[in-house]
Amino acid sequence: MNFLSIFDVIGPNMIGPSSSHTAGAVSMALLARKMCPEPIKKVTFTLYGSFAKTYHGHGTDRALLGGILGFSTDDARIRDAFELAKEFGVEYEYIIDEETVTDHPNTADIAMTGINGYELMVRGESIGGGKIKIVRIGNIDVEFTGEYSTLIVKQLDTPGVVAHITQCLSNQNVNIAFMRLFREDKGATAYTVVESDEPIPESILDDIRTNENVHELMLVQM
Amino acid sequence: MDFRNGQELLELCHKENISISEAMKTREITCGTLTSEEIDEKLKTVLTIMKDAVNEPLMQPKRSMGGLIGGEAKKVSDFGKTDRSVCGSLMSKAISYSMAVLEVNASMGLIVAAPTAGSAGVLPGVLLALQEEKQLSNELLHSAILNASAIGYILMRNASVSGAEAGCQAEVGAASAMAASAVVEIMGGTPEMSLEAASIAMSNLLGMVCDPIAGLVEAPCQSRNTIGAANAITCAELALSGVTHPIPFDEMAEAMYRVGKSIPFELRETAMGGCAGTPTGCALGCHACSKA
Repeated sequence: MNFLSIFDVIGPNMIGPSSSHTAGAVSMALLARKMCPEPIKKVTFTLYGSFAKTYHGHGTDRALLGGILGFSTDDARIRDAFELAKEFGVEYEYIIDEETVTDHPNTADIAMTGINGYELMVRGESIGGGKIKIVRIGNIDVEFTGEYSTLIVKQLDTPGVVAHITQCLSNQNVNIAFMRLFREDKGATAYTVVESDEPIPESILDDIRTNENVHELMLVQM
Repeated sequence: MDFRNGQELLELCHKENISISEAMKTREITCGTLTSEEIDEKLKTVLTIMKDAVNEPLMQPKRSMGGLIGGEAKKVSDFGKTDRSVCGSLMSKAISYSMAVLEVNASMGLIVAAPTAGSAGVLPGVLLALQEEKQLSNELLHSAILNASAIGYILMRNASVSGAEAGCQAEVGAASAMAASAVVEIMGGTPEMSLEAASIAMSNLLGMVCDPIAGLVEAPCQSRNTIGAANAITCAELALSGVTHPIPFDEMAEAMYRVGKSIPFELRETAMGGCAGTPTGCALGCHACSKA
């Protein structure tokens, strides 16, 4: 069992009203923002399940937008996210989908467009008590939480790429906590997700890029 | 220096001749990652947020996001200052303060989950009312919060503090047990008395269901927080006067968890039964009819 701290009981300090529908929504959007390599110009949220049914009363819409604007779960500006998005020059849109059945009731898709046209879609799940998971990037199912420093490599599913990544990590003395490969089809696009207890040095990105089968890299620090 | 249940906590308090709050702090320093200074700093922040969340709705009431609550704390607080108040000063403050925190929470303000957002009013309501009535220092309130966190930790570890898992008895019930225990310590009671108070508090609220109208953390959550606060004060009074509970704390925690597991799905935060499932609750948006 993980150590339960005083402040796991008396906490988190959070903008209400709900740890799953508000704080969790902020966290998943904040993590999505960190994954996008460009500042975000436009974002479309698709809300499913319980999110779709109760988003208004729980402020899930403002919470998601607040996360995209870079606010953390205890930032009082979340309540004013609509007004602040205009100030920050971020366009936003919501799609309320009560029909599609998702694996988890508290699910949202976050489709981001960067200022230079980069496009990224991630799906997040709010799994309770403010905890979240990213479960999809584009059309590939993945799974990570953002609680660790996370390196995400978009690559061709071909021999040698994972060995190259682990060699680069080893060269920089990065201790891997978890590492998983996610792919749609054999020989198609795949994602390698590496999680570490420590910050992963930025310089590792250039090393990993030297392999021609590596397409894109995302680094989210703890 | 860790403890896994109430029995081990009491043994530790005796062996080291320390209070529950001291035991919890020492556990954090020896088994966790925080230093004593960092803990104090975080406790200060917690208390500041609690005070702001109590004060704001009494000055400037705001409607909730879902529109079911807003302004109740000020009403109760104002009424409590009149001759017609039946509660008396301490109880009136405790219940109105606990309502205030739920108003802040429901209007997207900053609160401290204690142990959850839906039960966040109980502990600050009780502690801040007591601080005013008895002129207690902030440092003493920090000890109270540490004591409460010890009770909450044991319940999180050995039972549940999730409404979806074990009903409102696990949220407001747990918060009430935490607050009752905390009050006993800062009013000079022994660690045993703290656990007695927590046991009585849990047994009083055993079986309480989680039935939020329209699935929102608004009603009946707000008034449930007042009963959590009133129950905490009552149980602290019983324990401090030497009243005991026949069932030890650890057995009560397990009983609460078992009762929680036997509460039907409709009454565990699904907004399908209880208040949410009444004709009026459904009209406001129950999940069984999907009219949210």
